Formats: sequence, C-alpha cells, structure tokens
Amino acid sequence: MIVLRRLGAGLVVLWVAATAAYLALLAAPGSTVDSIIGDGADTPLIRSQIIQEWNLDRPAVVQYLDYLWRFGHGDLGRSYLLQRPVRDVIGDQIFPTVKLALAAAGLGIVLAVLLALTTRRPWSRRVSSTAELVLVSTPPFLIGLVLLSVFSFQFGLFPVSGDRGLAALVLPAITLALPVAGVLTQVLRDGIDRALEEPFVVTARARGLRERAVLARHALRHALLPAVSLLGWLCGTLLGGVVIIETVFGRPGLGQVTLQAVGSEDMPVVLAVVVFSAAAYVLLNTAADLALLVVDPRLRASTS
Amino acid sequence: MTVALSWRPLRVGGAVPVAGGFLGLMLVVVALPGLFAGDPLAADPFHVLEAPNAAHWFGTDQLGRDVFDRVVHGARHSLTIAVAATLLAVLSGVLLGMLAGLSHRYADEALARSFDALSAFPLILLALLFIAIAGPGTVSLVVAIGLATLPHYARVVRAQTFVVRQAGYVTQAVAFGHSRTRLVFRHVLPNVLGPVPVLAIMGLGEAILFAAGLSFLGMGTQPPSPEWGAMLSEGRNYLSVAPWVSVIPGVIVTLTVIALTVVGRHLQRRVEGRLP
Repeated sequence: MIVLRRLGAGLVVLWVAATAAYLALLAAPGSTVDSIIGDGADTPLIRSQIIQEWNLDRPAVVQYLDYLWRFGHGDLGRSYLLQRPVRDVIGDQIFPTVKLALAAAGLGIVLAVLLALTTRRPWSRRVSSTAELVLVSTPPFLIGLVLLSVFSFQFGLFPVSGDRGLAALVLPAITLALPVAGVLTQVLRDGIDRALEEPFVVTARARGLRERAVLARHALRHALLPAVSLLGWLCGTLLGGVVIIETVFGRPGLGQVTLQAVGSEDMPVVLAVVVFSAAAYVLLNTAADLALLVVDPRLRASTS
Repeated sequence: MTVALSWRPLRVGGAVPVAGGFLGLMLVVVALPGLFAGDPLAADPFHVLEAPNAAHWFGTDQLGRDVFDRVVHGARHSLTIAVAATLLAVLSGVLLGMLAGLSHRYADEALARSFDALSAFPLILLALLFIAIAGPGTVSLVVAIGLATLPHYARVVRAQTFVVRQAGYVTQAVAFGHSRTRLVFRHVLPNVLGPVPVLAIMGLGEAILFAAGLSFLGMGTQPPSPEWGAMLSEGRNYLSVAPWVSVIPGVIVTLTVIALTVVGRHLQRRVEGRLP
C-alpha cells in the first residue's frame, strides 16, 4: 500500500513537471510554431510538419493530451534545427555524460565515506569541515579551471579537452565529485555523530568492539540512511553540474546538447532534456524512498 | 529570568567576525565602487595580460583592462542580481507557501505538488529552460534564479503555516471575529517568517553561485559587463597564459559565498539555540 502511494506520488510529480514544461513552451512569446522551429530553417513544409506533429490545428486539450501521451511513450518529438528525432540527439550524447556522472558519483561517495570515518578527532574534524565549506562554496567551474591550469597547462598530465580515454575523464570527474563529497561528508558526519549516541553503540562497545569497528560496522550503516535519501539530490546536482563541467573541459555530452539547444532556441530538445532530468530525479527519489522502506523497518512501522 | 541570562553568548568562532567584516566591505564596495577602483572598461593595449603587480594588483586582462577594477565593479553587478533573485524567490515563496498552508486540502495538495515538481528539475536546467524562452540577459537571469529557488522557501513557509494556524493566538483571533486579511497579515505572516531570514542569507550564496555559473555559460549577463561569472568566461580562453584573469574573480565569488554561509550558519545556530 505504502509502496503504491510512493509510486503514485512520484508519477504525480512527473506529470506536473511535464505539464510545467509544456506550459513553458506555450508561454513563450510569439507563436508556438516559431518557438519549436527556433533558429532552424523556416519553410512552409516544416511549418505544416510541426503543426501536424504537435497537433496545433486541434483543440488545446487534444494538443496537451497528445503531448503527454507521446512523452509517456518515450517519443520526445523532433528537433527541426538538427532535422533529427530528439531521442536520437539525446541518445548519441548521453553516454559520455552518464560515464562522467557515474565516475563523479562513485568518487564523491568514496571520498565522503573515507573523510567522515577518518576525521573523528577534533583537529582533523575542523580541517575537514573547513575544506567541506570551501568545496561547497566554490563554483564548480572554478575548481575545473584551477585543476585545468595546474594539471593540464602547467604539468601536462591530462588532456586539455575532449573525451578520449580514461585520462580525459580524471579532471572532470574530480571537479564534479568535490562539491558532492563536501555535502555528503557533512551529512554522513552528522549521521555518525547521532548514531554514536544510540544505545546500540553502547552495546557494541560493551561487547568489547574496537572503536574502529563500532564506527564502520554500526555507526556508518546508521548514518547511510539519511544519505540514501539524498540520491535524488545527487542526481540533480550531477545532471546540473555536467552542463558547466562539460563546457569547462570541452567534453561532448548532454550538457553541450542542452546549451546548444538553449542558444539556438531549439525548444523540443530543451524540453526533452528538462523533462528527462526531472524523470531521472523522480525515479531515483522514489527508488531511494522504497529502498529506505526495505532497509529501515522503523519507517514501515511509523507510516503504515 | 534576567535579560543577561537569556542572552547566552554562543561560542563565536574566529571565522564569524571575519566573514561579517568581509560582507560589510562588500556592501561598501557595492554602494561606492568608484571609491576603490577606476574605470572597469578602460582598455590599455600596451599592458595586455600582465601578471599581478604594483600598478595592477590583480593583473590585466586580454584588452589591458585592470582586473581589480573589474572585480570591484563586478561586485555591484553580481550581488545586485543575487539579491534581486533572492528577494523575488523569498517574496513569492512566502506568499505561495502561506497560501498553500492556509488553503483547503485539495488546493494545498496541488500547490505542494507543484513545489515538488519545480524542485525535481536541476536548478540550472530550470533556469536554462526559462532563458531559452525569454532569451539571455540580466533580467532573465534574475527571474530564472528566482523561479528556480522559490520552492525552497515555499516549502518551509508552508510547513511553518501549518504550525501557526493551530496556535492559540490564531484560533483566538478567529474567535474575536477578525477579518481574514487582518488574520493573515497581522497574525499568521509575522509568525511564519521565523526561519526565512537565515534561509535567505544562505540562499543568497546559492544565488551568487548560480548567477556566476549561468553567466559563465554565456546565458546571463553579457560581456563586457564586469559580472564575475562573465569575467571568468572571458578569461577562460587565456587560462594557459594568464590564469589570474579568470581565477581571481572565481576566488572572490568563493570568498563571498563562504562568508555568507559562515554568517548564515552562525545565525541559524543562534535562532535554534533560542528555541526551547
């Protein structure tokens, strides 16, 4: 029952998000046909194609329902600027972005767990907290530019731009991972602090477990729970972050597609990317919610 | 309880006065940039891409413009955008959040789901969607950031409204037969605002980061305006020969955001410490 409710809530959010994007298209100044063409070729043939595809000659309700229907089936429309289906445009470019996002997520999570576990003493904690504050407050592109100028321009260790080989992935992944690690470390550290006050920690210590084992086996597990609920946030941060990181490092990917589409007012692509990222967020958030229900029996007891 | 006891001096780390001082300095710089720096647009073809020196503290850029002058004047651009965007987000967030909190179940549910949906978009993409429609520029930047950060405030105020509408003074005011307007603006509004100022200070830092990021992407303030993000974007092409042109504005952005976060967290602890 509660699983269904969570799924339902996720679907509702997704529906509102898709509707908001659609309203944004309608709210654009000028005729809708103009906004869909963007800077693309403007011929009577293309105009009639657009009117047919978006059902612009039919009542508004039909247009809207048809749009939802198409999005629900993964048909994201057609880019009239690139003369290709939006799905292909995104499909071509999504792999480098996913690669970068996964690398950054993995790096960020590992870094955060290590930092939260190892910086327990007052002075190391203070150093780490300061570093986290700086990382969270630094614009990601600055981290990228500094890394670029030191490791690529000064030492020539990594390529300056492009997406060839593993070496090209290192700096962008670090750039994207550092702010993530900053936030996650803070959350994990708070969680560990709170877990250490719980009775089960006293029990574990009374059993003669060493402090390191108490931390890694009991406190960390406990602290991971609030971190799991950040999964949706993580996805959003990564998807938003790649737009900037891909520009800094001259990498191909979804971010570049988005920026080009925004620059040339290629609305079908912009809409698709925006709704796609909202869908990814909702999916991960719902998955995190459900995972928490599985992992933490207390939640099941309190909400059902 | 005496006043002296109730004002418990919380441990003020050394960072808070420094951060406060930095923000104070920024305010002065924003108010009177001419006091500190010369013309940010004055090009000098004979001193191009010079490293920081006595004459040009932060060096010069590709057109020989003084980076220090540009950073100082940029404070006005960047901070005005961030403040305007945050004000927009706070005002509309408070109104919508209160409206949701005071509405009937279905209207409230609809508004709450809209906030959820709005925060399901990565903020940058939401802002980009808006800019794709309205075109790049400073005004779009302000509205885009304001829209994207609005749900943050709306959610908090909505939750706060739920608490306040149950409170004794509200139910009594209802019993007194006060008008709806009076009820909302005299009794509910002042009491739901509690957490908002602290959130807004921290949100200001976020807005600065967003504005710089979007301008960096070329979607916000356009060159030659000395906005910090736009400066970074321009200086990027000279990164290998003159890193200071882009790194220094970036460092100033970072310092400002750190200062806002430090002060915001300090205030947050004070506000929480005051609650029972």
